[in-house]
Amino acid sequence: MFGLNAKDTRLLIIVAILTMLAPFILNPFPEGSAMAQFNAGYPDLMQRFVIFGIFAIGFNILFGLTGYLSFGHAAFLGVGSYAAIWMMKLLTMNVIPAIVMGVIVAGLFALVVGYISLRRSGIYFSILTLAFAQMSFALAYSVLTPITGGETGLQPKVLDPRILDGPLAEGATPKANLFGLTMSSSYEMQVGGWLFTFNVGYYIAAIVMLVAFYLAIRLFRSPFGMMLRAVKSNQQRMNYTGLNAKPYTLAAFVISGMYAGLAGGLLVAMDTQVGPERMFWTASGEVVLMTILGGAGTLIGPVLGAGAIKYMENILSKINSDILHTWFAFLPDGLEDLVVTLIYPFIGKGWHLTLGIIFMLVVIFLPGGLVEGGQRIAAWFRGRKAKGSDKDASGTTTEPAE
Amino acid sequence: MDALLLQFLNGLDKGSAYALIALGLTLIFGTLGVVNFAHGALFMIGAFCAVTLNRILTLSHEVIDETRTDFLGNPLKVDVPYVYDIFGEATGAAIIDWSVPLAILFAIPVMIGVGVAMERGLIRHFYKRPHADQILVTFGLAIVLQEIIKYYYGANPIPTPAPAAFTGSFDFGAMIGFEPNTIIYPYWRLVYFCFAAVIIGAVFAFLQFTTFGMVVRAGMADRETVGLLGIDIDRRFTIMFGMAAAVAGLAGVMYAPITSPNYHMGMDFLVLSFVVVVVGGMGSLPGAVLAGFLLGILESFASMREVLEIVPGLNQIIIYLVAIVILLTRPRGLMGRKGVMEE
Repeated sequence: MFGLNAKDTRLLIIVAILTMLAPFILNPFPEGSAMAQFNAGYPDLMQRFVIFGIFAIGFNILFGLTGYLSFGHAAFLGVGSYAAIWMMKLLTMNVIPAIVMGVIVAGLFALVVGYISLRRSGIYFSILTLAFAQMSFALAYSVLTPITGGETGLQPKVLDPRILDGPLAEGATPKANLFGLTMSSSYEMQVGGWLFTFNVGYYIAAIVMLVAFYLAIRLFRSPFGMMLRAVKSNQQRMNYTGLNAKPYTLAAFVISGMYAGLAGGLLVAMDTQVGPERMFWTASGEVVLMTILGGAGTLIGPVLGAGAIKYMENILSKINSDILHTWFAFLPDGLEDLVVTLIYPFIGKGWHLTLGIIFMLVVIFLPGGLVEGGQRIAAWFRGRKAKGSDKDASGTTTEPAE
Repeated sequence: MDALLLQFLNGLDKGSAYALIALGLTLIFGTLGVVNFAHGALFMIGAFCAVTLNRILTLSHEVIDETRTDFLGNPLKVDVPYVYDIFGEATGAAIIDWSVPLAILFAIPVMIGVGVAMERGLIRHFYKRPHADQILVTFGLAIVLQEIIKYYYGANPIPTPAPAAFTGSFDFGAMIGFEPNTIIYPYWRLVYFCFAAVIIGAVFAFLQFTTFGMVVRAGMADRETVGLLGIDIDRRFTIMFGMAAAVAGLAGVMYAPITSPNYHMGMDFLVLSFVVVVVGGMGSLPGAVLAGFLLGILESFASMREVLEIVPGLNQIIIYLVAIVILLTRPRGLMGRKGVMEE
């Protein structure tokens, strides 16, 4: 289907079903129950899952295929966001021009940065991209304030021109919409104790994500993707066969930047504001974490990684010591305090510590990320079923399924 | 002229910090071939050594002072640090006042310990892995280290004053024949620069004039041959890692009075230090020092008002701009050697 083989089609369909049913799947606990804080099915977080999923898919096209580790990818996200917000200020609150403009501007910026940075490889490439991103951040923060709004950032104002939109009704605020369908509008469904929220913005972002994911699969399977993999495994040999690697890596860099711009545009479409901190190098580090955590070079890995990190950022960080005490209330008093004291540094404000530890463990023991972990568990189960009768089976199944 | 000299001096202290961190990074890279993203965290831990020693020295117990009373007429309770009991009040107060320089002695064993533990416990397993993996695992380690510090010391900067003798500024211009009050320079920054110069000199002297240093230099040039000669080069490289950690830590200790230590100061410096290392040339120790001072001073010049009127915002981007130009025109950096990280 769609030019994919059976395995990829199955993957795409599973991802599509999961994203479409996400409001159900991510809300497994009834409203008001003790576990309700683990529910991730609220629009704001679900939007972040898919948008950062797009960002990580794009990063993976560069890092996973060519092996070029960019430490400045957040710059493209930021530039895309600024382009999108200016479309909303000048043209219309409709999200389509904003997103399209975000992709185009980020792509052009990536073309410039990539053309220069790709003249070096390895750590030099990482430092160059980092330098460009930090420069963009510093400029957006200071000198470019007329364009970027400086520290406060930008958001659509009532008095902005917006030449395509009619004048706003008295007292109304500009809202991002798709041909009149407001991004923030949701349909809520009450089933028993469960409350499911279906948000317009989420579904638009999810559809865009599916399209982006489909394109990434096609790219991974294409001859072009094969060429990028050749760059990663042995660029010298590729040069000796008479091929110039530069246009391929540059194309990958630009595509990857456009994905970042798409994510930036979508972020603006969901939550109509942008600030320079979106381009800070920690944001670039975050997408690296997402991709590695999920599994660089695999198709679904970056999406999983983005989901895992955003889940931790929003859910784990909300647990405080009172909640821990209620959980462990069944333990004897002294033991309860001990357990809470032991766990406390890893949750709430300390969630970065958990993230750092998990990330280190993944890099050390699971270079293939969560995807490799899943495959190993699956292989182990299969191996137990086969009772060692077919030893080759486990050997073939551990190959990374890209 | 005097304005230029002032900016030059202002650039020295930042340049010293860049040079010290870059020197440690280069030592690690040159010996072990590891790109250490956790080096900024070592700088930060050094700064927190100063904070910790200050806290240890000011540990107090309550004493009822009969001679003074609070507003209700009860005898006043006074916190008396334990050092007062041990060394007497005058010496005790001096010790607390001098806690930052004293922290140098405290930080050296701590940092060597941290460095050796890091190398033996984690980085040793990454020699054969690609550079990207090394960057990633040390990046993760940096996050973990800074979160641990944040947990114990909180997220706010902790002011750590320099000794009273070095607070304030002096008129440097008047001393060398300029108009009085044109070049005012804080004492501590001068101390920092001299300290950095001493440390850098000591590292170079150690490598150049001791047998240990000679073996290390031989190992940097050709690790395998040195190993074949029956020298346990791995152990020496581990010690060099500890030394590099100590250099970063000492840079942090002495930087504590200039910028109050906070948990993310390491990362802020690390990004710049990497740029410094790359500009200086990966694996070149003199290059790292030269580029550190050069970029620190350039940054300082770029923040002059006259420059900012012509090119606004230049001070924010100058370092990165220089890095881009250098990398594109001189791929090996200012003093890089052939064959280092060129794949």
